[in-house]
Amino acid sequence: MSSIGRLAKTFRRTALQAIPTVIGIVVINFLLLQLAPGDAADVLAGESGSATMETVAALRARFGLDQPVLVQLVAYLDNLAHFSLGFSPRYNLPVAEIIGQRLPGTLSLMLTALAIAIVIGISAGVVMASFSSRWPDRVISIVAILFYSIPGFWIGLMLIVLFSVKLGWLPSGGSETIGAGLTGAGALLDKLRYMILPATSLALFYVAIYARLARAAMLEVNTRDFVRTAAAKGLSPLSITLRHVLRNALLPVTTVAGMHLGGLLGGAVVVETVYSWPGLGRLAFEAVMSRDFSILLGVLLLSSFVVIIANMMVDLLQAWLDPRIEVR
Amino acid sequence: MAKALLDVRNLTISFPDSSPVRELSFTANEGETVAIVGESGSGKSLTALSLMRLLPNAARISSGSITFAGTDLVSLPDRDMRHHRGRDIAMVFQEPMTSLNPVMTIGGQISEVLRLHSGFSARQARSRAIEMLDLARIPEPARQYDEYPHRLSGGMRQRVMIAIAAACQPKLLIADEPTTALDVTIQAQILDLLDRLRRELRLSLLLITHDLGVVGQWADRVVVMYAGRKVEEAPADELFARPLHPYTRGLLAASPRLNGDRHYREAALTEIHGSIASASRESGCPFLPRCPIGIPTCRARFPDLLTASAARHVACPVTIVEERSHGAAVGIRA
Repeated sequence: MSSIGRLAKTFRRTALQAIPTVIGIVVINFLLLQLAPGDAADVLAGESGSATMETVAALRARFGLDQPVLVQLVAYLDNLAHFSLGFSPRYNLPVAEIIGQRLPGTLSLMLTALAIAIVIGISAGVVMASFSSRWPDRVISIVAILFYSIPGFWIGLMLIVLFSVKLGWLPSGGSETIGAGLTGAGALLDKLRYMILPATSLALFYVAIYARLARAAMLEVNTRDFVRTAAAKGLSPLSITLRHVLRNALLPVTTVAGMHLGGLLGGAVVVETVYSWPGLGRLAFEAVMSRDFSILLGVLLLSSFVVIIANMMVDLLQAWLDPRIEVR
Repeated sequence: MAKALLDVRNLTISFPDSSPVRELSFTANEGETVAIVGESGSGKSLTALSLMRLLPNAARISSGSITFAGTDLVSLPDRDMRHHRGRDIAMVFQEPMTSLNPVMTIGGQISEVLRLHSGFSARQARSRAIEMLDLARIPEPARQYDEYPHRLSGGMRQRVMIAIAAACQPKLLIADEPTTALDVTIQAQILDLLDRLRRELRLSLLLITHDLGVVGQWADRVVVMYAGRKVEEAPADELFARPLHPYTRGLLAASPRLNGDRHYREAALTEIHGSIASASRESGCPFLPRCPIGIPTCRARFPDLLTASAARHVACPVTIVEERSHGAAVGIRA
């Protein structure tokens, strides 16, 4: 079978499996959120400070919060079936619009962080494996353990102290220079400057994981017979590592990285707060505090899509990396 | 006599706490098939790896020389050694199932060695690789080029390994137990292929095996190893007609032969008592604990390799006497 055909088949299978998964996620999330005490009407009433029982009841009636749970669920699913994520009582805007504003910021942050983590992590792993139990391996090991154990918010704060406060090289928060009116390459460069610190803080933890994972996988692959065959061909150690060992060692790393893509959203909450980055993580956090369940459900639904798409991409990537992985 | 392509002298391979190959000497001439025979643990695979300088990390060549086409391989810098590997000396390994990279197409793995040593373009390497697949008798070579190893049977994978090894027309092809992992019916095909390549590409074949059946049919000359030492060397037909070393005699007696006078259905095959593990502590002949004809001098030190006739050497002071008197008897009659 051609590799394109193989990939297409993998893709179809994963897409079909995704539909029941998404419906299950929506229903379970909806029911779980009902268990939390209080609702958006309570929060709004509390914030206004002078709400009567009647206003609260009116608010509930307006947002449909007075309906039985099952009716609310059916209404929500009905909305979804019409490609609507509902309406946010707090922002007074459609949820899709709010999420749409925040999504690019979070996605770019997550993907940049993951890219940094994968590239630096795997390179460090390759170096560690090539110099295993000599000093480059030991030094990088120690650094990796540090990255692994230091909490992200602290790394974020320290990076701000160093690069923004002391050196003044990079901005300490936000996502672009407000009112600069930049366009084209200038705007991109400006965004990149704001991206570096939050993406790095988010990435360092994962750098440590991928470095150690890549190191272990490389050392394992190094003992396989085909590596000896490659040496018998007269290849240099570098080509053996890059052409024969690395590709086989990438499989475990891609599996774990795919799972992390969903988890990054959780880590993003902290980093987005430290760097006042306008992203979904912060939006979700605020939605919890204000019991704005329609936003929260929207974010959760979206993150479940992210996980499913990430899994699909990992499947595709692995099918491409390893021809032995076939459509089951 | 043809010039020796490979000349191994007094090769000793050491691990930190042992020397599994000791004082091994043999030669391989151009176009010749030399078999190294011995049981597991006799050091034959380490010998093969040492010729490629691919010994495991803990092992090293502690003394001796390996001269290949006039160059001493032992002292060669790594970079120059890499230049020889795959181009002048190539190797086929025992495990075809795991010796190919699972994520590269088989064609890609053949092209790789061609591009490395022959400076071919991608297109040239591809067409040459397809020729090699064809030469290795792989059906539909152009289509198989893009196939991955896991889709091939063990025998087919070993053919691919052979195609890789023979791609650059090496002068010496080392086959380390090339058929051990394969079905009996496939074995003959693989050995046939190796022999055909030897003739067509005019290369020398070093066949490492524990299978005397393989040796009898395909080898010109045989080196018998026991516990890291050469105990006997002889042209294949002479070795089978009149084995000298008690170990060789034991091996032959333990092998079923189609035209033999005894069949395992009527009588049990004889065995060599004891195991090769008994060789480890001996300072004298390593075979002594298992030897039916040992004499006291065997205990003192490893017996010298004695010359029985021009091409026959044996490290046994007992049987050499028989052989010499046999030779003398033949001489008298003549």
